[in-house]
Amino acid sequence: MERKIKFILNGKEVEILTDPTRTLLEVLREDFKLKGAKEGCGKGECGACTVLLDGKPIPSCITLIGQIEGREVLTVEGIAKEGSPLFEAFKEEGAIQCGFCTPGFIVSAHALLMRKADATEEEIKEAISGNLCRCTGYVKIVKAIKRAGELYGAKKST
Amino acid sequence: MEIVGKSVPRVDALSKAKGKAIYVDDLEFPGMLYAGVKRSPHPHARIKKIDLSKLKKYSDVYALTYEDIPGKNLVPLIFEDWPVLAPGINKFNGEAVALVAAPRKDIVEDLLEEIDVEYEPLPAVFDPIESMNGRVKIYGENNIFTTHRIERGDIESAFKEADVVIENVYKTPYQEHAYLETQGMIAVPTPEGGMDVYGTMQCPFYVQKAVAEVLGIGLNKVRVIQTETGGGFGGKEDVPSLVAAQAALLAFISGKPVKLIYKREEDIISMSKRHPGIIKYRTAAKKDGTIVGVDVEYIIDAGAYATLSPVVLWRGTVHAAGPYKIPNVKVISHAVATNKVPCGAFRGFGSPQVLFAAELQMNMVAESLGIDPATLREKNLVKEGDEMPFGEVVRNSVGAVDTLKKAVSISNFSEKYKAYKNQGGEKRRGIGIATIFYGVGLGAGGKKLARAGAFVQVTEDGKVQFAVGTTEMGQGMKTALTQIVAEEMGVDYSDVQILPVDTSRVPDSGPTVASRATVMSGNALIEAIKPIKKKLKKIASSIVDADDEEIEFRKGKVYVKGKERASFKDVVKVAYEKREHLASQGYYVSPETSWEDGKGGKAYMVYSWSTKIAEVEVDMLTGEVTVLRIISVHDIGKAINPQMAEGQIEGGAAQGIGYALMEEIIMEEGKILNQNFSTYIIPTVKDVPEIIPIIIERPFEKGPYGAKGFGEQPLMGIAPAIANAIQNATGVFIKELPITPERLYEALVREGKIKPWSER
Repeated sequence: MERKIKFILNGKEVEILTDPTRTLLEVLREDFKLKGAKEGCGKGECGACTVLLDGKPIPSCITLIGQIEGREVLTVEGIAKEGSPLFEAFKEEGAIQCGFCTPGFIVSAHALLMRKADATEEEIKEAISGNLCRCTGYVKIVKAIKRAGELYGAKKST
Repeated sequence: MEIVGKSVPRVDALSKAKGKAIYVDDLEFPGMLYAGVKRSPHPHARIKKIDLSKLKKYSDVYALTYEDIPGKNLVPLIFEDWPVLAPGINKFNGEAVALVAAPRKDIVEDLLEEIDVEYEPLPAVFDPIESMNGRVKIYGENNIFTTHRIERGDIESAFKEADVVIENVYKTPYQEHAYLETQGMIAVPTPEGGMDVYGTMQCPFYVQKAVAEVLGIGLNKVRVIQTETGGGFGGKEDVPSLVAAQAALLAFISGKPVKLIYKREEDIISMSKRHPGIIKYRTAAKKDGTIVGVDVEYIIDAGAYATLSPVVLWRGTVHAAGPYKIPNVKVISHAVATNKVPCGAFRGFGSPQVLFAAELQMNMVAESLGIDPATLREKNLVKEGDEMPFGEVVRNSVGAVDTLKKAVSISNFSEKYKAYKNQGGEKRRGIGIATIFYGVGLGAGGKKLARAGAFVQVTEDGKVQFAVGTTEMGQGMKTALTQIVAEEMGVDYSDVQILPVDTSRVPDSGPTVASRATVMSGNALIEAIKPIKKKLKKIASSIVDADDEEIEFRKGKVYVKGKERASFKDVVKVAYEKREHLASQGYYVSPETSWEDGKGGKAYMVYSWSTKIAEVEVDMLTGEVTVLRIISVHDIGKAINPQMAEGQIEGGAAQGIGYALMEEIIMEEGKILNQNFSTYIIPTVKDVPEIIPIIIERPFEKGPYGAKGFGEQPLMGIAPAIANAIQNATGVFIKELPITPERLYEALVREGKIKPWSER
């Protein structure tokens, strides 16, 4: 039983006709070909599927597209288009290894830095505690987010 | 050097961060089918009937069992016991018994339900020691896949004459790789009756062999392309061959591309793990701290099929006595079959288990003799010119003592170790140390595969393109090799491009394992570049009017006696005008190694060395351990990219913390109960303490720019360092991993260090 669902995706209004019980992750990847969000566990436990829903990080693999009607979704591709110091910061700090978890971390970090660019190390760790990484040990990820926050702050004040 | 040795940014950083990098599940092919695997819920059973008839009513649904396999029902590896699909009998819970493919992903689960399988459960054995009595037959007479032995010196006398003998039994658990990207393959039939395979993997040539074998076609008709791989850690060494064979079978019979992506639960249930280990360890020492003998019995629980166990066992055997000069050594090891998931490669490959035992033994000797554990190690660690416990005299690149001295000085180990003994109170601190080593490359145990190929081409616009047969899985290989090529050719880092790994581009280069890629592919690339550079220098010499030997290429410019005289691009342009051949293949064969069972030999081409120090805080009421700090010092020969090397050290520390304190597979009758991340706990950002990574360079004379590999050893030694720290804090050695709060609490009660809850 398909339904028309209208929502805002990466700043643009979109509309699809689909089964409302499909997951947001699947719709993003299959219908919109936005492959940044990934399935790492299918249960909302690893953070690889993180996207922003009305500015808040959610696990898109356990969110149904039917719940998205009239709301605003931002993916890592949208953040890249908006321009964010997070990408350069992750690159400069060596915070990426296999890269599978990286878009999820960028999305969680973006949500935090939009709220509080000068987040402390503790606040950064809290914000990304739902994102699992098996490669990096998280050390350089935290450094990268702190660095991006400093650049966000600088950007805002200019 | 311009580029090697610098922390240049990774070549793949932005594509990964922006979600542009292509992982296997991102790929689509026209007409592609989606596959699923029917698995046995029994640890050991005869399969009496597989009924696929209910699926016949669907057009465009394909299903098959072992009887439909056109080639051999075998994943070629070491032994010939590993079937792609259970052949009338299955030997572990989760083993594949049938395959299905359909045009829509969302119906695959339902289709699997429509496959009816009739099982006759058979007796099963889960404990390796029980398995060796051979009552339940899995392999041969006594279920022992392999035995390895070392016997050197005079063990009897050593133990008789010792001042102190320490004997213990240690137990180490399964470890699940928990790579964030699950296993996955896409098999695409070619018009000529061949198969292209795309997927997440460490070993494209293993996959190529497996697909050729199961389809019964030539290797020359199978092309394997590695997609961006979301983590491996050894978990994508052997089992991707199985996943690829499954996808390829369905692609073969349907004539369509088939995508098979494992669900997380399916991956945890059926894919390889670190072998659980049981180690009986006897150490003999003199009262001055000289270790005079070790006697080790090491058993690894291999699971239902041999897969990599014979070589995992060999490496564990070689590493059993630790990085020390011990004249009397006896090691006997067995890989034993059980009715559980087959174990395979995982960072350290059989050595972390036995080194856990070895390093606790060292601290126990230290305690017993009243010697500082760091001092004890320094006394016994091998130095250049010393003999390893398996008979090899190590002459080059031996930084063991350097790593120890550095770790001890930075951590203030000795003072803290003394101060932390005999604490009182609810929260107690402890500091622990471990020294380990790691044989780089496949060694004598994997000689046949110890070679690698490379391809390099200078394009007309003066840029460089190259290909290798080893794979990136996050460790930074693409970047390190790009740096080596740029440095060696003398061009800008940004003018070098690595091509995707494709078995049709280079000769069989072996697996990306054993921390071998930098050395093997690096050296193969240097070989490939030599003739190209020679030609270009000759051309350059005529342009700038100087001798070939006076010409230097550096960062895209041509220098003569230090003066910039032309650009690399100009030289290449002239070369192309003269129709010069600026492409070349390189091939590197590992230096000689040797091994004689029972005696030993020159096991590996070179060793990397490391000292870890862990500082912890133990909560005496709850048994919870908080790691406060890890100092991890590594002699890696030469850091091609120091920042990436740090990344490996930090990641390995986190994975080691998981192994030490929280990761545990819970099994019941051979069935894995904890199948996702809320029940199999890996460290989050909040579990990782301050990590101080330190790199020491004692160049390997045969390594590219002096580098040797070290991707695995950041994990090794973390668990014993933590266990030793816990002992420093509490007075109790915990000889079983993981040291969960429950396990520590029970041990503290048992040793009378705390009262049980019921009495408080």
